[in-house]
Amino acid sequence: MNTTKKTDQTSPHAAVKRECLSPQQLYIKNHHRHHHIVTFLRLLVLLLFLIMWEVSGRFGMIDTFFFSSPSMVASFFIKMIMDGSFFTHTGITLLETLLSFLLITVLSVMIATLLWYSKTLSEILEPYLVVLNSLPKSALAPLFIVWLGTGINTIIVAGISVAIFGSIISLYTDFKHVDYEKLKLIYTLGGNRFDAFHKVVLPSCIPMILSNMKVNIGLALVGVIIGEFLAARRGLGYLIIYGSQVFQLNMVITSIIILCVIAMGLYQCIQWIEHLYKKRAGL
Amino acid sequence: MNQPILACEDICFSYHNLNGETNALSHISFQVEKGEFLAIVGPSGCGKSTLLSIIAGLLKPESGNIVLNDPDHVRIGYMLQQDHLLEWRTIWKNILLGPEITKTLSNEKETLALKLLSDYGLSKFKDKKPGELSGGMKQRAALIRTMVMEPGLLLLDEPFSALDYQTRLMVSADIGNIIRASGITAILITHDLSEAISLADRILVLKRRPATIKEEIPVHLTLKENSPLAARSAPEFQELFTLLWKEISDEYHEEN
Repeated sequence: MNTTKKTDQTSPHAAVKRECLSPQQLYIKNHHRHHHIVTFLRLLVLLLFLIMWEVSGRFGMIDTFFFSSPSMVASFFIKMIMDGSFFTHTGITLLETLLSFLLITVLSVMIATLLWYSKTLSEILEPYLVVLNSLPKSALAPLFIVWLGTGINTIIVAGISVAIFGSIISLYTDFKHVDYEKLKLIYTLGGNRFDAFHKVVLPSCIPMILSNMKVNIGLALVGVIIGEFLAARRGLGYLIIYGSQVFQLNMVITSIIILCVIAMGLYQCIQWIEHLYKKRAGL
Repeated sequence: MNQPILACEDICFSYHNLNGETNALSHISFQVEKGEFLAIVGPSGCGKSTLLSIIAGLLKPESGNIVLNDPDHVRIGYMLQQDHLLEWRTIWKNILLGPEITKTLSNEKETLALKLLSDYGLSKFKDKKPGELSGGMKQRAALIRTMVMEPGLLLLDEPFSALDYQTRLMVSADIGNIIRASGITAILITHDLSEAISLADRILVLKRRPATIKEEIPVHLTLKENSPLAARSAPEFQELFTLLWKEISDEYHEEN
């Protein structure tokens, strides 16, 4: 008796509560729900893919010798962790990528600054930049090997070569498009071109430099892997090439998956820096 | 009669490109006395801004001279069409941009900046970013940025044109009063005739392409109180407006 009475009392109460959600609360609730559904479906897609891959391997629909399988990849990964090869190969690829990325960023900001300072210099160099930017950089890799030998230098240079020309061109374009009236302000306050650059051009281009960095980190990884294909004895690019030559497809696929994770992680790092900057700048 | 603080002597200027030259200014001569408020009106694109840039020394005239009385002590302040406050700096950092660039930042400058902030009612917004201010407040902050440099001659390049009509009336009244009160010599460029009449002591009308001085109109308004808004209700206001309107519209008809 008592319990039925209780439920009788609470159920209309609950109904009232549901109606009490303000439109704003409702909006937030729906927003969160949508977000959860998307995350869930994303994971579901991945899971379904892995299950189909594993199952079709087990039932002989695909040959695991060529296509490997999630369980084989997992056990190969564990083996790599145990014998430490995961850390050496991933570490060297990460190191090379980060070094190329830093050099690309520093060099391209410096060169774009020089081009901004001297219109004549930018006019002289423009066709060279355009040609070098559209040239497939993998064509240069064999040259780098001959000039620099096989090793980390070649790989870093390969990483730089992929991104730097495009980066210079886009940064220079950003610098050039800063509102002239803002520069005029600096001149009316008695400043020179140097003041105009470091008080106006550089600070107003920080968002562009950050989004440029997001592109560069991905391209640096591409360049490093090309370099490792041709001129390395360590690194994930080397593992991929070596694995394919000795028909160790577990090795190839595991390395590719590690690469995916690295690429995503690096991108997220830059995005995090961008986020911090926006928060600090109060934008 | 006061000694002129600025004299423009026979200024000519053309813009060049490969298709030919555009004659922007032709034989412009005038003088500005100390403490005077001069307005320059003319059809848009007639080279008014070019003239200001030449006076400010940002452009070199092709012929003619700009003579500043005592150039070592007369600093030129320049107010642009938009406030151009740098949005990544606080208002305080923005108004100290001039001293920072000329490396004249001192305690006196900071005291002056603080005083100007409180005079113009912006003390509360000292540490805010420009994005948090209204259009009128930003324009006042831009004026402080100019005034911190203690200019002897103030050049105003349509400084109210980016504001909406109401704010424009308020801000031009504000800034007009501030300039009058401080006794600074000012040259205002505008295409708003009533703004010119209500603010200026003298109006130069420019003719288009190439700009030459067409007419010089002194403004004497009988006023109960000295404010740009009161000026608009002065008995002479309408007469001057009609006169100016005729000058400008003659230009327009000649062209079409």
